[in-house]
Amino acid sequence: MSGHNESILREPLITGKNITYAKITDDILMPVENKPNRAWWIGFIIALCGATLWVVAVGYTFWFGIGAWGLNKTVGWAWDITGFVWWVGIGHAGTLISAVLLLFRQNWRNSINRSAEAMTIFAVICAATYVVSHMGRPWLAYWVLPLPNQFGSLWVNFNSPLVWDMFAISTYFSVSLLFWYTGLLPDIATIRDRATGIRRKVYSIMSFGWAGNVKTWQRFEAVSIILAGISTPLVLSVHTIVSMDFATSVIPGWHTTIFPPYFVAGAIFSGFAMVLTLLLVARKVLGLENYITMFHIESMNKIIILTGSIVGVAYLTEFFIAWYSGSEYEQYAFINRSTGPYWWAYWMMMTCNVISPQLLWFKKIRTSIAATWILSIVVNIGMWFERFVIIVTSLHRDYLPSSWAMFYPSWVDVSVFVGSIGVFFTLFLLFLRVLPSIAIAEVKLLLKSASEQAKLEQIKEGHLEKEHVTEYIESLEKFDSVKQEDYAKI
Amino acid sequence: MNNIKYILGSFGDPDEMMHGIQKLQDNNIKIHDVYTPMPIHGIEAKLGVKRSRLDIAAFFFGITGTMTMLSFVYFAAAYDWPINIGGKPHFALPDFIPITFELTILFCAFGLVGSYYASTHLFPGRAPRVMDLRATDDRFIIAIDAKENAEHSKIDDLLKEAGALEVKYNERKYVSYE
Repeated sequence: MSGHNESILREPLITGKNITYAKITDDILMPVENKPNRAWWIGFIIALCGATLWVVAVGYTFWFGIGAWGLNKTVGWAWDITGFVWWVGIGHAGTLISAVLLLFRQNWRNSINRSAEAMTIFAVICAATYVVSHMGRPWLAYWVLPLPNQFGSLWVNFNSPLVWDMFAISTYFSVSLLFWYTGLLPDIATIRDRATGIRRKVYSIMSFGWAGNVKTWQRFEAVSIILAGISTPLVLSVHTIVSMDFATSVIPGWHTTIFPPYFVAGAIFSGFAMVLTLLLVARKVLGLENYITMFHIESMNKIIILTGSIVGVAYLTEFFIAWYSGSEYEQYAFINRSTGPYWWAYWMMMTCNVISPQLLWFKKIRTSIAATWILSIVVNIGMWFERFVIIVTSLHRDYLPSSWAMFYPSWVDVSVFVGSIGVFFTLFLLFLRVLPSIAIAEVKLLLKSASEQAKLEQIKEGHLEKEHVTEYIESLEKFDSVKQEDYAKI
Repeated sequence: MNNIKYILGSFGDPDEMMHGIQKLQDNNIKIHDVYTPMPIHGIEAKLGVKRSRLDIAAFFFGITGTMTMLSFVYFAAAYDWPINIGGKPHFALPDFIPITFELTILFCAFGLVGSYYASTHLFPGRAPRVMDLRATDDRFIIAIDAKENAEHSKIDDLLKEAGALEVKYNERKYVSYE
């Protein structure tokens, strides 16, 4: 663990001087153990207004039915399924960070996994609410489960991707929750042992009696790696199955085999963008610059450019295959997408998802916090439009020109969507207050090997090659939390 | 000295703590347990904690999920209420792969985490058995049973030699109890 030094060529994962185990605990628990500051209250009140709007809009939908939305008989699926796929996609980054990066031993995940997993859970909650509210008769939501019933039993249709989706999303949600909560136990125990009174009692119940003895820790790591191993195919399967909701139908524009990989790449793409949107603000407001460093931001940007390019290739492939297939209907669906009445949505998607992320090839942009934050929002917008384009433009001009129609959202459509963002942020802001936003124990693991101070020690010991040290110091230039003066004399 | 139940060596550094464990073991002093704020790699071999069998359990839980879903879907779709969909087979296996996979993962995850909680006695509301409150913060604690190991001053010396910042003599086993 700490017996040997990490290569100097690797950039530090914890910056700052005089970081001790105690300081890590203090820094990360600062928002949990103190009263919220003004920035938090402002954010929380705005988010709560959004959540209230959501309650009103969903309540209205439940009362009056799906007719409250802007759907018509041609476009029978629009903002609801767009919002659902958007939220599920966002959720994917959390599992990717916690599971896939763990399997690949990417230590930089340690300081971002906790909040990314929380984001996953809240995003899946938002997605699930869409599923329930678009059912029309939400009180019969349990009909999607294969339960014995008085009709025979008449079972659910196991051949239907919508049934698969129910299995996928509920498994995904519950497994993510287990993974997240098990990882939280040691950190809840840390809060418990520092708290007094009623807080101590509450955190004591939540900590499951964690004491941090050898066997528990050793089994903890075994459990983490197995959960990571099973969550990796799970996360890929979830968006694959979401894409099958479309791909197994016979609608031109939906009926394509490229959908599963294309959706998974898009999901990771939008998820990382959302992680950046949240964490760039959180690190500033909560003062976590030393733990979520420029290296983390740059790494996430690299994943965004990779997945964004995969998505771009998928868009072009789709277009090419539509032409190459020789199927008139398929060809028309795509020509209509890019030049028909929804051309603006298509080009919005193309610009936000394919063109603007290419800016991240420039190191200056990739390592600029402001540019990254703006681009992350652009990607979120682009990915919403991607789903809108796939869903609405494929439906609005169907086989009979007499039934061609446009889709116009009603105020309820808009409110459900805006409100779900409010629900998401309300949950996320509450999470920041009651649970540690960074996995304390996992960051402590990095202190002796991958921190800036450990590397400085290594340089001072002086058994390193000069060019390696120079390269390392040059790599620190981009860090906003590192002072270059400290390295001037070395 | 008679009321002392546990001697705790409190270290500020994991490497020094490992050194302390080595020293105690060289002197045939039995270690009760070690409490740390983070996982320490290599410690389980030293303290003789056996390899976890959770992976085997996880496999069998997963297989149970696979069998459950396959047999249930066979019962529902091919035996209890077969539906003729264009003359296609009732037991359309490729269609059932996604749900079988999901149930495999679901059973595996819940079985695995359930066995983990059961084997390490974690459950909501369990009274935390904490010997030193800083063991979840910044201290690495070696606990030695004071009744079994009589040479208290020797233990004290060994721990301090290895770099312990503090040696505590606890008269209660768990400080977390009210």
